[in-house]
Amino acid sequence: MHIKIDEISKEFGRTAALHPVSLSVPSGALVALLGPSGSGKTTLLRILGGLEYPSTGRVMYDGQDATGLTVQERRAGFVFQNYALFKHMTVFENIAYGLRARAKSQRPEQAEIVRRVNKLMTLIQLPDIASRYPSQLSGGQRQRVALARALAIEPRMLLLDEPFGALDARVRRELRQGLREIHDTTGLTTIFVTHDQEEAMELADLVVVMSMGRIEQIGRPGDIRAKPASVFVRDFITV
Amino acid sequence: MSDATPLNDGTVIHHDPRAFRRPTEESPAARWTLIIGVVAILAVLVYAPLLVVFAEALAKGLGAALTSLTKPEARSAIRLTLTVAAVVLPLNAAFGVAAAWAITKFDFRGKAFLITLIDLPFSVSPVVAGLCLVLLFGANSTLGGILVASGYPVIFALPGIILASLFVTFPFVARELIPVMIEQGRLEEEAALTLGAGGWRVFFTVTLPKIRWALLYGVLLCNARAMGEFGAVAVVSGKIRGVTATMPISIEMLYNEYLSVAAFTLAAVLALLALVTLFLKTALEWHFADQLAATHRH
Repeated sequence: MHIKIDEISKEFGRTAALHPVSLSVPSGALVALLGPSGSGKTTLLRILGGLEYPSTGRVMYDGQDATGLTVQERRAGFVFQNYALFKHMTVFENIAYGLRARAKSQRPEQAEIVRRVNKLMTLIQLPDIASRYPSQLSGGQRQRVALARALAIEPRMLLLDEPFGALDARVRRELRQGLREIHDTTGLTTIFVTHDQEEAMELADLVVVMSMGRIEQIGRPGDIRAKPASVFVRDFITV
Repeated sequence: MSDATPLNDGTVIHHDPRAFRRPTEESPAARWTLIIGVVAILAVLVYAPLLVVFAEALAKGLGAALTSLTKPEARSAIRLTLTVAAVVLPLNAAFGVAAAWAITKFDFRGKAFLITLIDLPFSVSPVVAGLCLVLLFGANSTLGGILVASGYPVIFALPGIILASLFVTFPFVARELIPVMIEQGRLEEEAALTLGAGGWRVFFTVTLPKIRWALLYGVLLCNARAMGEFGAVAVVSGKIRGVTATMPISIEMLYNEYLSVAAFTLAAVLALLALVTLFLKTALEWHFADQLAATHRH
């Protein structure tokens, strides 16, 4: 799905978290929102997912105004920074949650739910952990379960907030590859937030560099490296 | 080899593991002083009174104690106290959850004031709270006059007792839930919303399961206080024997009339009711031990 952000701004009380920003994300792209903490990247992601409403501006999905859609109507698969798995539910229940939450007329039969959850658990390469609780999983496994849970609702896009932030370096590399593969298999427009320039450059088709609530530069990794648009971008991507 | 550390040059330092204390551990003398002190205080303040209640109740034998319970006055007191608890518990559980939910999941103007209001029953003397109810609903007030005239008296009747009990037990559930809900944050709720769940579904499938242990503790505290409340109820009930006398009030009246077996038997029943709730709590914890371990949280 093509996502367009049109002059979105966000204020919390008197502080501006986002100055009006605009961005167009082509359908099927894998985009990184890159910036230091406090740059407004997570706020922008939450506005896209419908968890915050913008102070001004519009969000367009495939040319249709989606600004007023509720978080449920957005159908955005959201992966939270610490995954926010339901601790009191098994992995199976976690992944099935979105399907069970559907209105009765659209809710799949129990057998169909089992089939779909199993398929997703194969996709994330963890077919045998259905009956475990999140506290019994490793960090990398939790992240993949969170991804499967988000994919279960057949989302229109994938939004990930620092998806690799809480993981050690080796697992991080593995899961980066995993996300790339899932993106390529599903073809979903995917936006992830990161403060790690290496991660953004390696994984994304398009990198959006942000600072202090503004977009500093939008471009392909190679272009940003070759021609940083500002001193901030140059300093931030050179480590 | 565990008590020997070989060094690079081949010498070995021997140390006796018994000579070491963990950094967080006190000396045996300090530990035993504290332990004995705690046991002594508990014995004097908690166990001895409980034993005295049962000993006094059974002073003239089990038969006398049981006979005193069959008197209409005692039966009415037990029935009244259980009725009040049965009305107060669900109401205050609902109010407490709603208040804790509002305070921890939303930011709004007047939040600090709301928290102060919730704590008010802790700082106001129950007798004063009872008097306020009398002033508001008593037969001499406008509102009370209308209520009495239309046949629904509040003061010296069941509604007054329930209102007074609701007031004094109001903070227990909310106070138990607020810290737990603050610690848990709203991320899981947000996750459920992005998965398409509506507000009620989020509450019943995500929020409620996460807080159910804290809620249970809050309800148990609320229950103990509702059944044991004396001051506020004494003021609003009028202490009408067999009609508005709850168990604590009947106990006092019986005791003042030197009916010590009857008084202490009723007191023993009240204590037993509290012990039953404690037992239920422990049984639930034992039964759901796996779940408690999995969620790392009561």
